[in-house]
Formats: sequence, structure tokens, C-alpha cells
Amino acid sequence: MKIGVFICHCGENIGRTVDCPRVAKACAWFPGVAVSIDYKYMCSDPGQNMIKDEIRKHKLDAIVVGSCSPHMHEKTFRKAAVSAGINPFLVEIANLREHCSWVHDDIDAATDKAIELTKMAVEKVKHNQPLTTIEVPVTKRTLVIGGGIAGIQAALDVANAGYEVVLVEKEPSIGGHMSQLSETFPTLDCSQCILTPRMVEVYQHPKIKLLSYSEVEKVEGFIGNFTVTIRKKARHIDETLCTGCGLCVTKCPVKKKAYNSFEENLAYRPAVYVPFPQAVPNIPVIDETVCTYYKTGKCQMCVKVCGREAIRFEQQDTMVTEDVGAIIVATGYKLYSIDRKPEDSMLKGYGEYGYGKYKDVIDGLQFERIASASGPTEGEMKRPSDGKVPKKVVFIQCVGSRDESKGFSYCSKICCMYTAKHAMLYKHKVHDGEAYVFYMDIRSGGKMYEEFVRRAIEEDGVKYVRGRVSKIYEENGKYIVKGEDTIAGMPVVIDADMVVLATAMIAQPEASDLAQTIGIPYDKYGFYNEAHPKLRPVESTTGGVFLAGACQSPKDIPESVAMASAAAAKALVLFGSDKLEREPVIAKVNEALCAGCFYCRKVCPYSAVEVRDIVTRDGVVLKQVAYVNEGLCQGCGTCTATCPSKSIELAGFNNEEIFAQIAAL
Amino acid sequence: MKLGYFPGCSQTGTAIEYDISLRKVVDKLGASLDEIKDWSCCGATSAHVTNHKLANALAMRNIALAGKQGLDELVAPCAACYNRLVVSQHDTLSRKETKEEIESIIETKIEKEIKVMNLIELFRKIGYDKITAGKTKDLKNLNVACYYGCLLVRPADITKFDDPEQPESMEEVVKLTGAKTVDWNYKLECCGAGHSLSRRDIVLDLSHKIIEDAKKNGADVMVVACPMCHTNLDMRQRAMKREYKDHKDFPVLYLTELIGLSLGLSEKELGIDKHYINFKYKEPAVEKAAI
Repeated sequence: MKIGVFICHCGENIGRTVDCPRVAKACAWFPGVAVSIDYKYMCSDPGQNMIKDEIRKHKLDAIVVGSCSPHMHEKTFRKAAVSAGINPFLVEIANLREHCSWVHDDIDAATDKAIELTKMAVEKVKHNQPLTTIEVPVTKRTLVIGGGIAGIQAALDVANAGYEVVLVEKEPSIGGHMSQLSETFPTLDCSQCILTPRMVEVYQHPKIKLLSYSEVEKVEGFIGNFTVTIRKKARHIDETLCTGCGLCVTKCPVKKKAYNSFEENLAYRPAVYVPFPQAVPNIPVIDETVCTYYKTGKCQMCVKVCGREAIRFEQQDTMVTEDVGAIIVATGYKLYSIDRKPEDSMLKGYGEYGYGKYKDVIDGLQFERIASASGPTEGEMKRPSDGKVPKKVVFIQCVGSRDESKGFSYCSKICCMYTAKHAMLYKHKVHDGEAYVFYMDIRSGGKMYEEFVRRAIEEDGVKYVRGRVSKIYEENGKYIVKGEDTIAGMPVVIDADMVVLATAMIAQPEASDLAQTIGIPYDKYGFYNEAHPKLRPVESTTGGVFLAGACQSPKDIPESVAMASAAAAKALVLFGSDKLEREPVIAKVNEALCAGCFYCRKVCPYSAVEVRDIVTRDGVVLKQVAYVNEGLCQGCGTCTATCPSKSIELAGFNNEEIFAQIAAL
Repeated sequence: MKLGYFPGCSQTGTAIEYDISLRKVVDKLGASLDEIKDWSCCGATSAHVTNHKLANALAMRNIALAGKQGLDELVAPCAACYNRLVVSQHDTLSRKETKEEIESIIETKIEKEIKVMNLIELFRKIGYDKITAGKTKDLKNLNVACYYGCLLVRPADITKFDDPEQPESMEEVVKLTGAKTVDWNYKLECCGAGHSLSRRDIVLDLSHKIIEDAKKNGADVMVVACPMCHTNLDMRQRAMKREYKDHKDFPVLYLTELIGLSLGLSEKELGIDKHYINFKYKEPAVEKAAI
């Protein structure tokens, strides 16, 4: 076997601490090495050409490149090798940068280590087997989870490209948080006006199948070949018959038993309800927990008034399965409830602000509803407790955000902007009112964002106070807001009529459960992790699963939409070919040796190990053995390390190859 | 049950009634206090703002003595002592180098970590059921404002004992006596103790506001667990009367005194007569029908 060794300087990255010419010289003496050279930038065009030329010139069988991490350029060098006629799996990378030069400063020792690393790679490549990539078919359908603005955008983009989409939304209507907003920054255009046409477009799109009031229960399969089980929650209304006339909603006698969650609990809703008038689909839901019929068996007012006889009290949840090739997760966010007794022990709450205790201490989404023309006050600036117009309103930013001791260390990103918008909207409606904003910093990066904040301050006269609020309490009908003006270095006390808290954006409470259902990683806050923070921001580490919107981290509408379109593009890339190529670095069971203990099955993080019967020609089961699903296996090697009889091997990393590496040390 | 006791300077002087009532109540509840022999200053007031090492050494000397005396737990009824002992111990024991340095300063080995308790933790330790069981008087016609002051529950990261912004642990104890607690706004507000000597005007203003808010929210009496708070809120009411014409006397008790009353001890036994503002528990008027 003839092996070529190529040592890269990576500019100064490796060359600074590793004497590359010395490494190349030392490697030339290893048994099997036909040629060993070093070069400044091996990944560059001339570098690659050099590799190709040497392969041809010396008729090399395999190559070792001493360079950066295989994460970075393994693909590059494999490609070069392939074009010179070598199997891509006969290319080994010795990581001389991350594993050597970047972490050491002693040149001599680092050079010795680099030689050892390269030697190991040479020994391994001698045992490498040529492998061929695996092809799997692709189902050209997409599942979008979440019908907020990100989900809507992603669904429309994929559908407009001509591929089918299944859009799953857990609420009775799509629209998400954006449908609750009054106006949007920085243009102050009406949120509903720009969103509802999109919602209707989704509903009417021939390529989009909308499953509202539904939740994803199970995800099986792998990139290109997912089977998804979806629970369609019982609406207790026959969707095919209902015309959305709304008569049942207006006639329902249950008036004050359930809070309207769309109105952020600032209003009540009947037992049979549509979240909001522009809901898509415009089909009501009967809430079993408050409906009189489910308690007493009587009432049935909705049945009496429904001309279409669409009420179905006995309706049960149903399960639907859908085959898809790609999944776009767009499940959005939730506002941090700063109540006294937070549901999560991680959250310590902000009891001192009196949220939940004082009716006029509200959060950002509640303010949106108050400011919204379709909200409980029909857009009039009235406070929740007594309906009076608040003459002095205090807005507090960073409640729960950027607060490691009591909340979350991250910045919720949108609060600076929406608080400026809130204060502005308030001033536009109450001309003689005073608006104060307590802030830590103003983070208004974005097109026309800083200008927007300046407008709130300079044109609308919103008073910005840099500092935190220590407590809020009620005294003589006023809310006493005690804070500090850190610029003036003075305590500030404001007797406000209403307080709006810009609470942190947090992951949906069920986010981690869904992540486990799909098999995607999430961070300690429950936000989904992208595959690479810079270069793969909309992909999850699981093939075929993409992320869009605030489920990945707090973000505003334009960012969510951009991310959704990017995720859609990624799904479409997947659909660009009929077959998917996969790396053949997967586990393979030696069926003759396998004793069928299935330890591998227990440890496999991707559920890729299946049970296979070994049968005679007459169909008699001889024994059961493990079988690795090629599509699911990610080549992590956990099973190979676990197998007590050494009957699973990972292609490209089999025992022989690994031992050869160790022996070379 | 034998518990270590670090009295601190106030208990021997300005807050002697706190010491008296604590000992009596603990005794009545069937526990006893083992005072640290040769205890010294905890390092509060001047030491901890002037010299970090000195402050830690002062506090740790007492901790080391407690360890030598075979104690595992220690009550420091003064909130400032409690805070100093807890914080210094945390600072000192969390780094080996600091521990060695402090040991060389105090010329004593710090044998073990001592669980330092404040007054509320002490009652928790003795058991709330004991207070309920020993109750002979139900203080049901008292509306109590529980005042925590600045140090009792802080720093929360180290004390890990109650919400530092919305504490409720003292209310729990007060309710055991049958008294009602009021919801008020100033339970954590500064009484001005830091300026006790230098800026009396500030102290008066702050302490007066605290009393006013308690009154406004329906309290008949305030309960504290810190001698410094007590001094400002009780002793200074005479000056408040001069400054704020409409100021009316408002009794301020130590938590131990309130519990002592419910356990059947008299005002005199508990040293309540030593307060500037008198307090005498008045039985609720007995309804005629009951006779």
C-alpha cells in the first residue's frame, strides 16, 4: 500500500507552534508512506491540486492530511482524493490544529505530538476499507409544527415551491402571538392587517393541509422518511359541517367561567369559543372543563341554535399519521409568568412587582391586547382594575431577562423595541399622560430600530430612566414604583396608575418534551439548538429537522420570518434530489456472532437498532439478532462499545483500525 | 435539645430584653442554649466595611470556638451577627487559602462548618409543633406587621432560607400564636441602622415611614428579629413625636416576646417593660352570650 502524507501549515495556525517541515520529513520514514510533503494552505486550490498530482504521480492508495479538524475540511480533501481516483474513506485527517497547535505553546513538544498524531492516522488508513455512500429515498412532504408567523411563512414557502405541507397547530387557530399584537415596530403597522391575509392564504392553499387544535405525539423514521403521529384534539364540533356562523358562541350561556387566553386573561370567553374573530379555521371549540353539558348533561343551547347540526359532544381525540421527508419546528415562545409561585423551580419570580396581586401590573402581551383595536377595551387605553384611563404608566424592561440571580441570563432581544412601541402607543392615545421606561441598556440594533426608539424619546416625550425597579406597592390607589436612576445617582419614586412589565421570552413549557419526541437537542432554557451557531443556524443536528422562529431563541417578527424562509429553503434543498446520500459510517451487526442480548438497542440514542428474526427456509425462527437501520444510525459508536460479544462494528472505525492507531503510539 | 448560642453585643446591652425573652422562650419550649465561651465581636458595623480580613477573622474566631466547644449548630438572634457569621463562614470555607489565612490570624484551627441559624430558623429547628403545643394564650386579637429589615434573609444565595424580596417565614411563626399578620409594603425597607449615629434625621424619616405603613395596613403591633431594627423603631419614637406632630405610639416587639406571651409568660418576665413604647396584651372582650 502506498500512502501520501500532506502536512498543512494552516497559514500560521499550525505553523506557528508546529514545525511542519520537520513533521513531513519524519512522516516520510513511516512504513508505507510513499510521499510526505508540507504546504502553507493545503485546502486552497493549489494545495488540493498538489494532493491530486501526488496521488497520480506516485499511484497512491490512500492519503493522510495533517490539518485542521475533520469537521472543517474532511469533505474538501475527500473530494480531492475522489477526483484523483481514491475512495473517499481512504482519506484520514490528523487534527494538528484543534488537537495540537492551538492548545500547546512548546514548539518542540507540539511538533513531536504532531508526528505521533500523523503516525496514528497513517496506521489507521492502512486498515481502512473503501466504503460507498448509502442512498435513501425522500418523501417530498414537509411537516411544520407551529402555526405562528414562522410556521405560516415556512409552510407557504414550501407549498409555493410545489411541495405538500402538513401544518400542525396546537391552538384552535393559527396566527400565534403575532395575532395578539396591536401594532408592530418599527413601522407601527397593524399586526392583524399584515398577518390575517397570510393565515387565510394558508387555509386556502391547495398544497397545505392544516391540522389545527392538534399536537405531534410521535415522530419515527429519519431524514427523508419520517412517520409522524398527530393527535387531533376533539373540538366537539364537526369541522366538515360547521360554517363558522358563530351563533353557538354568542348564544352559549356560560359567560364568566373561563378566561380568554387570546385576550391574555383580560376578558372571559364562553364554553364554546373561537379564540378571536379572524381565527383560521373559523371553527369553534367546546371547552369540556366549563361546558354545562359535560357537568349536568343539560343546556345544549349550542345544539339548539346550530343550523348545521354540527355539535358533537361525544367526539373523541383522533390520531392521524403523516409521512413526511422534512420537519420544520416553529413552536415559538411564551412570556415568563412572573407570578409569586412560578411553575418551574428555576424561576424565582418577581413577587416584589406584585404581578398577579395588582390588577394594573400587567405584562407586555396584556398591554398589546389593551392597545389593540380588537382587544377587550377596543383599543381604548383603559386599565384592567377599574377601566379608568391611566395618566401615568411605568414600563419596566428586562424583567427576568439578563438577570442571572432571579431570571435568565440571556437577553430577550425584542423588549427594548416593543417597550418603546408600547410607550409610544400609549402617548398617542393619552396625550396628557406620562410614560416612564426603566431600562438597563437600550438594545435597538436593526433597520430603523434605533430611530424608532429615538422617536419615542424625542417626539413622543417618553421619559427613559436608566435603572432597575426594586419594588412596586399600592398606596392610596396608586402604584408606588420605587427605582433608581443610575445616571443621576438618585432614587426615583413614581406614583403610577398602571405598570407594564417587559417579561422575558421563554421557551414553551412543552418545548423539551417535543424535542425529545422529535429527537433534537435543546439548551438549558428549553430553546432548540441549531447545528452550528453561525454556519447552520436553521438546521437542528438531526438530519431533516429544521428550526424557525423563537423556539430557537428570542427573536422578533422579521427575524422569525427570515429564519422560516431559510428553513423552508433547507427543506427544499432536501427535495432537490430523489435519493439522499448518507455517509456509510454506520454500525453493522455480525449476525453470526450476535447473541441477541439487545444491549445495543437500549443504549442507541437514535433508536436505530431493530430486532430481526433469523428464519429458516421453512419460516422457523432460529434466533433474534440486532439489526441497525441504515437511515437512522448516526455512527456514534455507542452500540459497538456496549456489545459484550463484539459483534457490532462501526464502518470506518472498526476495532482493527482503532487498535492500529493505538499501537502506533 | 442543646443549641449553641452567640449572643452578640446588643443582647448584653441595648437589647437585653431580647436575650431575656429568648432564653425564657427556649427554656419553655424544652430546649436549652449553650453560650459560646469567650465569644467576641461578630465583626458587624465598622469591621466589615473597613477591613475584609478583620471582619472575617472576628466572625470566624467565634465559629472556631463553637467548633471547639463541640457545637454543630448555633443561633445568632441578632440579624447583623447572623449575617456576618453566615457570610464570613461562607467566604472563609469556600477557599482553602482563605481558611488557612484566617486560621493563622486567629491562631485557632477551624475544625468544622457550623450551621448558623437566625431566630426563625431556631424556631423551625425546635419545631413549630412545640410552639402550638405550649400555647396557653391565643393572641387572636392582635394584627401583627412582621418586619424583616435588611439582613435577616440576606444574602439569599448563602442563607437559602426565604425569598429575599417577599419573605413569609416570620409570618408563619407569628401565626402559630394565633395572631393575624397584615399584608404591608415596608417589611424589607431600610430602618436606617447604618446611619444610627451619624445621620439621625435619615433614620427618623425611614423608621417613621415603616411604622406609618404598618399602621396604615391595619397593624396593632410590629414584630422584629433584630436589635438594631428594634432600637430604631422603638427608642426613636420619642424623637418621631417631636418631628412628626401626629405620630402616635406604636409598640414594637421582638418575635421572642410575642411567642413568650402566647406561651403564658408575662410582659414583665419577657422584659417588654424595658421598651420605650409600652405594650400590654389585652384579652379580647368576652362576648356576653358566652357567659
